[in-house]
Amino acid sequence: MTLALIAALPFLGALLPGLMIRAGRDACAALTGSVTLLALCLLALQAPTVLAGGIVQTRIDWLPALGLNATFFLDGLGLLFAGLILGIGLLIILYARFYLAKSDPMGQFYSYLMLFQGAMVGIVLSDNILLLLIFWELTSLSSFLLIGYWKHLPEGRQGARMALAVTGGGGLAMIAGMLILGNIAGSYDLTVILTQKEAIQASPWYLPALILILLGAFTKSAQFPFHFWLPHAMAAPTPVSAYLHSATMVKAGLFLMARLWPVLAGTPEWFWIVSTAGLVTMVMAAKIAFFKDDLKALLAFSTVSHLGLITMLLGFGTRAAATVAVFHIINHATFKAALFMTAGIVDHEAHTRDIKRLGGLRTLMPITFGIALLASLSMAGIPPLNGFLSKELMLEEAAHTTWITPWAMGVLATIAALFSVAYSFRFLAHGFLGPVRDDYPHTPHDPGPGLWGAPAFLVVLVVVIGLFPMASAAWLVNAAASAVTGETVAVKITHWHGLQAVALWMSVAAVGGGLMMLGAFGPLRAIWDATPRPEAKRIFDGIIEPLAALARSLTYALHNSSLSRAIAVAVLAIAGAGLWAFTGGGHVPGTRALMPVEPLVAVVWAVMLAAALAVPFLHRVRVVALVFVGVVGLLLVPFFVLMSAPDLALTQLSVEVVTILLMLLALNFLPKTTPEESPAPRRLFDAGVAGIAGAGIGWLAWEMLTRQAAFPPISHFHLAQSKPGAGGTNVVNTILVDFRGYDTFGEIIVLGIAALAIYALSENLLRSPAVTRRLAETRPEREAGDRHPMMLVVSTRLLLPMAMMVGVYIYLRGHNMPGGGFVAGLVFAIAYLMQYMASGYVWSHSRQRFDHHVLIGWGVLIATLSGAGAWAFGLPFLTSGFEYVHLWPLEEFELATAAIFDLGVFLCVLGAVLLALASLSRLAQRTGEVVNTRAYDTEAPQETR
Amino acid sequence: MEALVAITIGTLTAVGLYLTLRLRSFPVILGLTMLSYAVNVFLFASGRLVQNQAPIIGSGETYADPLPQALVLTAIVISFGMTAVIMIMAIGGFLESGHDRVNMAASDPADADQDDAEEGWA
Repeated sequence: MTLALIAALPFLGALLPGLMIRAGRDACAALTGSVTLLALCLLALQAPTVLAGGIVQTRIDWLPALGLNATFFLDGLGLLFAGLILGIGLLIILYARFYLAKSDPMGQFYSYLMLFQGAMVGIVLSDNILLLLIFWELTSLSSFLLIGYWKHLPEGRQGARMALAVTGGGGLAMIAGMLILGNIAGSYDLTVILTQKEAIQASPWYLPALILILLGAFTKSAQFPFHFWLPHAMAAPTPVSAYLHSATMVKAGLFLMARLWPVLAGTPEWFWIVSTAGLVTMVMAAKIAFFKDDLKALLAFSTVSHLGLITMLLGFGTRAAATVAVFHIINHATFKAALFMTAGIVDHEAHTRDIKRLGGLRTLMPITFGIALLASLSMAGIPPLNGFLSKELMLEEAAHTTWITPWAMGVLATIAALFSVAYSFRFLAHGFLGPVRDDYPHTPHDPGPGLWGAPAFLVVLVVVIGLFPMASAAWLVNAAASAVTGETVAVKITHWHGLQAVALWMSVAAVGGGLMMLGAFGPLRAIWDATPRPEAKRIFDGIIEPLAALARSLTYALHNSSLSRAIAVAVLAIAGAGLWAFTGGGHVPGTRALMPVEPLVAVVWAVMLAAALAVPFLHRVRVVALVFVGVVGLLLVPFFVLMSAPDLALTQLSVEVVTILLMLLALNFLPKTTPEESPAPRRLFDAGVAGIAGAGIGWLAWEMLTRQAAFPPISHFHLAQSKPGAGGTNVVNTILVDFRGYDTFGEIIVLGIAALAIYALSENLLRSPAVTRRLAETRPEREAGDRHPMMLVVSTRLLLPMAMMVGVYIYLRGHNMPGGGFVAGLVFAIAYLMQYMASGYVWSHSRQRFDHHVLIGWGVLIATLSGAGAWAFGLPFLTSGFEYVHLWPLEEFELATAAIFDLGVFLCVLGAVLLALASLSRLAQRTGEVVNTRAYDTEAPQETR
Repeated sequence: MEALVAITIGTLTAVGLYLTLRLRSFPVILGLTMLSYAVNVFLFASGRLVQNQAPIIGSGETYADPLPQALVLTAIVISFGMTAVIMIMAIGGFLESGHDRVNMAASDPADADQDDAEEGWA
């Protein structure tokens, strides 16, 4: 379970910041950090097993028949990535606490961040590739939220959309690729897929699967030609850039290539596609980075370049190259995250990231300079820092790889290294060295340790790994590389490979060339500015804009904000589809014996039909229409009685009363008549549409009623088990509270939410000045003299206890006879409503002890507890139990836990109905009508509200 | 009897739909109420029509299908909840805007996309 818990913890943690932000920013950050720390500790507990060569697995079967299982596994590669994600995540949480401004909603930021962290951990721990895909898409979504965090900045919103479009689109391709892969391997479990190398590479579907999966990986890891979204994503707050766009999310693509390396790599297709994309990305992005003036843009392109480097190494398909790739993933995460945070500090202190406006920060910000110095020297590949170690190894691999010609790869890699040296030194020299200026937007100085603590820690790692690679990093590289390659790897990392090592001379050339480039920056920049370049954003917009326009025009063609048009189109389409389906199949008339019609039934039916048909002609006077609708609804009650459904009859009766009361109350606030707006042809058309649909449904009902069901109903089980299994003889009730208790549980929650939504909406309306003004203008017409006639007041008060008695009786008998919590709740509600109607809202409300919300809450809580009680006996949620009790002088009776559940249903229904109507009454109080506060309204009311 | 029930379902559907095609909120809500009657009766009828066989164990030899009854029972309660929610929405719409039309004024599509147009798509 531990692995599932590690993946779940950040998601749980995502709920906390929103709640904790009220306790202050420090508490919020501390709590968020402690969740991540806990996950990191749990991971560390698993580390010894994994480092010893073992694999930790967690398996939760969900739909095994479909291959959908929540399976997790942890090997060296997963350990490396999960450690990076959680460890750097912890540093980012600390950094963000001090980076974000007071006006930024910090709770929201941490929630998004944790959501992202959970998704990333999920990717690297998933065993099931379908699960992995879900986490993959979640990272796209959560990064969208994070990039667009500063909603007021258009660049933020555009960058977020571009990132989502590119990575989300790649994700879609990857879904297809993964499904193909799973299909070839015969399993969606990675642990199985990874053993199927021969089958996968021999399959004719290998190339399509490879291309689709690589589309996902390349878009995520910003490989050429999908690299353009990453620089635009830099509009995000710097903690996000440091976390997502250098250390973790962009490495998800690398992770995937490394994860599937054992089955996908080693073929010429893999070599050509992956190493070429990586090489091109590495060289091109390094060159662009050199000319960028924005510190974050420079780092962004540098990140793209380093991602290309790692991709290229994975593309080589050799064990040694893959090992170097793993090592560079660690090194890049440390120095690049530190550099991003440094850029953030500079931005935070100097209020600009433009390198042309900086310079001379060395003396103003000595600590920040120290961090930047070590990190960028590592990025440049200067010994003895960790960036040097992996770059040497990379150059060595490149020099011995044949790509088109034996030397091309080595030369291009050296050129990329050269640019890398150049932009690293430019970052340092133009940003920090040089004279102190007097025109900074804001005079910079070193921030507190809260901001520089995290990058300083990372730089310590840079130095330690640089000085003692074998002691500090080799074990992790070995574990991860063994997991990638499937063979035991024992890496040997040294600073000195001897004079005969070609990488040494490539490095020397790179450093020398890089320094010369920096020296010649002015003229080079002039050339760069003069050469035309394709603008990726414009190309992207050029492709997306017409697509968006097409989607927009389609949407507006189908949906022109006219409800009636939309309904008419939908109804005709459905009727047409139904007719088409009907005419397509062979039709045989039904043979079920028909039920004879008694004369009385025919008369009642005719009355109902007449009432229904009268509504379209009378509906302009709304009260009359409501009365006729009420007649139809009430006449359904005897129909249900006749057709052996006493429970439905009771429910229909009580709901009908409540609904009509609600609508009458609502009519207070709405116009009393409907004006004649549609011309006659339009009404005829509507009648035609309605008639076609009615005829279709009626016909369908006729065809259904005149034949037996094609399959025997499943309710034989319920009928047989109702008494012995659930302890009740009313099968409808036992289905509701026992067999299908979960459905009912969900339903009362929905009902409660609906009532709360009504309350919230009415509350919102009361806050709007326009609404309160309009309300004050609506004075309900008074046609009778007494607003609260004494006869009605007295009789409803007498009826209240009796009605409640009836309600209790209906509730108690529900399990065995028609009745139950639903009906009882409605009967209680009607009893209370009568008081509201007869004695007035204020009088009734002042006598009410509990808020309606509380009733809903208790209802759901009691139902939950009655269900959870089954756990105490080791049974699943909502398993009911019952016992027969004999208590003198009573007859033997039954006690069932389902009755407690039904009590929850009762309370929830009561609370929901009362809350809905009380919300309307609250509006009514603002109508400027005089409201009585006394018991009887015999004298003229005095008080106004 | 089956014919009467089928005609009832068809009529309630037709009347309900005609009302939902009106242009003001109150008739639309009445129409939805009628439609939910029709749907409830239809669902109930899927258990087929039987008389004097209420699904109370011990009351007879054979019983009506209890499952559609249980489904329809919850459907009746939920349709009350739905009616209440759209009713308050209709009231809110009327009080906020001063009219109770359901169709939005036919607007220029470009208006709604002003934001997009200003920013460019991406």
